[in-house]
Amino acid sequence: MDISTQHTDAAPPTPRPGPDARTRTSRGASRTGDRIFLGLSRGSGILLLVIMAAIAVFLAYRASLAISKDHGSFLTTFEWNTNILPPQFGIAVLAFGTVVSSVIAMALAVPVAVGIALFLTHYAPRRLSGPIAYVIDLLAAVPSIVYGLWGALVLVPHLSGLYGWLDHYFGWTGVLSWQGGAARSLLTVGILLAIMILPIITNVSREVFRQVPRMHEEAALALGATRWEVVRMSVLPFGRSGVISASMLGLGRALGETMAVATVLSPTFDIKASLLDPGGGTFAQNIASKFNEATEFGQDALIASGLVLFVITLIVNGAARMIINRRKEYSGANA
Amino acid sequence: MAKRIDVSGLTAYYGSHKAIEDISMTVEPRSVTAFIGPSGCGKSTFLRTLNRMHEVTPGGRVEGKVLLDDEDLYGTGVDPVSVRREVGMVFQRPNPFPTMSIFDNVAAGLRLNGTHRKSELNDIVERSLKGANLWNEVKDRLNKPGSGLSGGQQQRLCIARAIAVEPKVLLMDEPCSALDPISTLAIEDLIGELKERFTIVIVTHNMQQAARVSDRTAFFNLSAVGQPGRLIEIDDTERIFSNPSVQATEDYISGRFG
Amino acid sequence: MTTPAVTDKSAGSLHGARLPKWFPVAAVAGSLVVAVAIGLGAGLQSRVQWGLIAAVLAVLSTYVVAARVEGRRQARDRIATSLVWVCFLVAVIPLASLIWATVKRGVKVLDGYFLSHSMAGVADTQPGGGIYHALLGTLEQVGLATLIAVPIGVLTAIYLVEYGRGRLARAVTFFVDVMTGIPSIVAGLFVLSFWILILQMGYSGFAGSLALSILMMPVVVRSTEEMLKLVPNELREASLALGVPKWRTILKVVLPTSIGGIVTGVMLAIARITGETAPVLLLVWGTNFINTNPFQDPQGSLPLYIYQQYANSSGSGAAYDRAWAAALTLIAFVMILNLVARGIARWKAPKTGR
Repeated sequence: MDISTQHTDAAPPTPRPGPDARTRTSRGASRTGDRIFLGLSRGSGILLLVIMAAIAVFLAYRASLAISKDHGSFLTTFEWNTNILPPQFGIAVLAFGTVVSSVIAMALAVPVAVGIALFLTHYAPRRLSGPIAYVIDLLAAVPSIVYGLWGALVLVPHLSGLYGWLDHYFGWTGVLSWQGGAARSLLTVGILLAIMILPIITNVSREVFRQVPRMHEEAALALGATRWEVVRMSVLPFGRSGVISASMLGLGRALGETMAVATVLSPTFDIKASLLDPGGGTFAQNIASKFNEATEFGQDALIASGLVLFVITLIVNGAARMIINRRKEYSGANA
Repeated sequence: MAKRIDVSGLTAYYGSHKAIEDISMTVEPRSVTAFIGPSGCGKSTFLRTLNRMHEVTPGGRVEGKVLLDDEDLYGTGVDPVSVRREVGMVFQRPNPFPTMSIFDNVAAGLRLNGTHRKSELNDIVERSLKGANLWNEVKDRLNKPGSGLSGGQQQRLCIARAIAVEPKVLLMDEPCSALDPISTLAIEDLIGELKERFTIVIVTHNMQQAARVSDRTAFFNLSAVGQPGRLIEIDDTERIFSNPSVQATEDYISGRFG
Repeated sequence: MTTPAVTDKSAGSLHGARLPKWFPVAAVAGSLVVAVAIGLGAGLQSRVQWGLIAAVLAVLSTYVVAARVEGRRQARDRIATSLVWVCFLVAVIPLASLIWATVKRGVKVLDGYFLSHSMAGVADTQPGGGIYHALLGTLEQVGLATLIAVPIGVLTAIYLVEYGRGRLARAVTFFVDVMTGIPSIVAGLFVLSFWILILQMGYSGFAGSLALSILMMPVVVRSTEEMLKLVPNELREASLALGVPKWRTILKVVLPTSIGGIVTGVMLAIARITGETAPVLLLVWGTNFINTNPFQDPQGSLPLYIYQQYANSSGSGAAYDRAWAAALTLIAFVMILNLVARGIARWKAPKTGR
């Protein structure tokens, strides 16, 4: 690197291969500058990868410290006692609660979100759809703790009527029986999570539906299809993979949601047959609620459960991204 | 079962913009009528008013009358969905349903209308593909996706899809503009055969094509950019191309503008 | 020419029996009346149930009537339309309720005193106190997180758009996407494991900033990337053809062209991390006192304040009031950031020659 040529504008053009060869001015400076700049930006990219790797490594390390001393089975123990000797803790209850509440959230949110996305792209009067989409964007920005506060103080009291009704007619199933008391159960959590992930699923689905080529819709229309038939023949097949990945992004959110669950759920460390009775727990909620009184060992145990959550969300999000990316290539090839 | 179209005083808008103004014409059954004219003169818009596809465009609206054998398409109580069943359409770019097989593409309209018996579907799909001169090329791969065909084949697939529901009229919006000359020839031959059964209206930019395939030709023009398009004249194709009664038509055909 | 009379007589194939235009409105109104009647008659207390009954009735009655009058296909079209509307309404109700509840209950104690005082010496169940310490803590933590995340995020985006080819770029792209989905509590646990448990640093605002910056980076990368991609290649080529080196082209041409969008993205990212509670709970710990130093000792934090007022309230109205007021402050902050960001985006949108 020749620093002395930094300001000599008329450096003689010597033919040299490489991307810098086209610049006649201050080659030395530009090469240094380019090299530093490339180094910085590439370094940032690498740093991101390092952070991802570090998250996995540090969590795994601390988790291994805890799991090696666990006298229960980490996967199947129905207890979370890190302060007794020997400690016994396991994630069975948390895994159950996390999966159940997320599945409920998905079952409620995905159809409604697809409905809203269709509403915005194909049904709503055009004057309405713009502002509504804007409001949905804003709602995606509402902090989860606010959803939690609202869930605990507004939603929970409003659900007891519905739960009483469910218990009355479907209590015999066991799954929907209710003993009364506050509706701080996994079903409530599922409902709240559904409300929280609605905006993101709606937004991604809406984008996909909006990209449906007009000519596919017109093909259906010209055959004498009703609006619903157009949606079924052209819009939904085109948007299917987009909706799937949108749902998985929503699922990732639901799995990892902490504060809304921690405020609404009244946790117990067992698995209840009924979704309406208070009890159960999720990974994230358990970490938030147990953290304050945890010893260092207890924190490691919580980290171990966090690692499981990390791996699960990694798989879900990775799968969602792969579907999106494959779709991009597919539509790119046809463009 | 082809039907006659009688248009009177038809004006179409996009929002507040008037796209075409006061068009009246008659399209004879079992004939090919070609619409020609410079870009933006509203011939495609007019075509789309003939099966109420214009109102699908946001802000699209129509005034006037379009009679299909005495029945006004824009009369009260008329269902645009049934209009489009009667008046089929083929688009500029071939648009088979990308997720459906060749068979399902042709059967799509039939299924909408409640035909679900497999044997019946098989018959009609075969007949329609034969009618579109595509049967021999695809009969061994009916279950393959329609998007795997060549552009010309896709367009004939779309024609097969349109004629499978036995419309009375077939509208074609520049059906060959995205195709190579050989595919274009195949479609032109097909149009010649189809006019035995259907009333055909075709928009084209290609005047030789209009001269080759059509019995009657309508010339559209607009007086200035931003002004609505108008029908200048409609006459037998031979007359339009040899001895048009309006000077503008002759100028356009002889290449003096447009 | 035919006369209208002839047209009417030949009610041909184009005329399906159609329900009048006011039918959907009537169906909804009728269902509402019946649902209220059922609700009152059966003594159902929850309005939510009334609404659900009304929705079910509206959809069913539409289907039955339409199927009889118009036929199955039209009926299905109508049921789809009504279901889509129901979806929309079902979603609007909780969201509207959330805003309404926060505003209504939040304004009770939200005033100048509340914004300018800490909770020092105020027991959880007593009235009084404020959010000054929490507001301060949140601003410092978010500010530090922004300082860490924005340079890394923007540089990474520059790498991906301007230099990125090959496997490294693909890996970064993929993991940025995956990183977007990391639960905030996991980011908190990560910083906990290495910063507090291994390096033995104490709980502090800065520890929280580290976790928040991890959550912020992928958002910044993604939005900056999108903005840089919008810069037309002709601009870059024009600059390079003048002999300007690439790095100066990026700094002087590419970034200024897209700065509006980048700022918008950063502000949206800030809005997102401002509401994050879980990592703050694990790393900042929280305090009732004013601590202006983010690098030492626990700090307050606005989202954490909401959680603690709620969780430690033992049902006291005063604590709930404070929680709602803090929630309103937080929402207002986030919404203002959002609105301003979108305003900037509209105002300084890159000229893409549309």
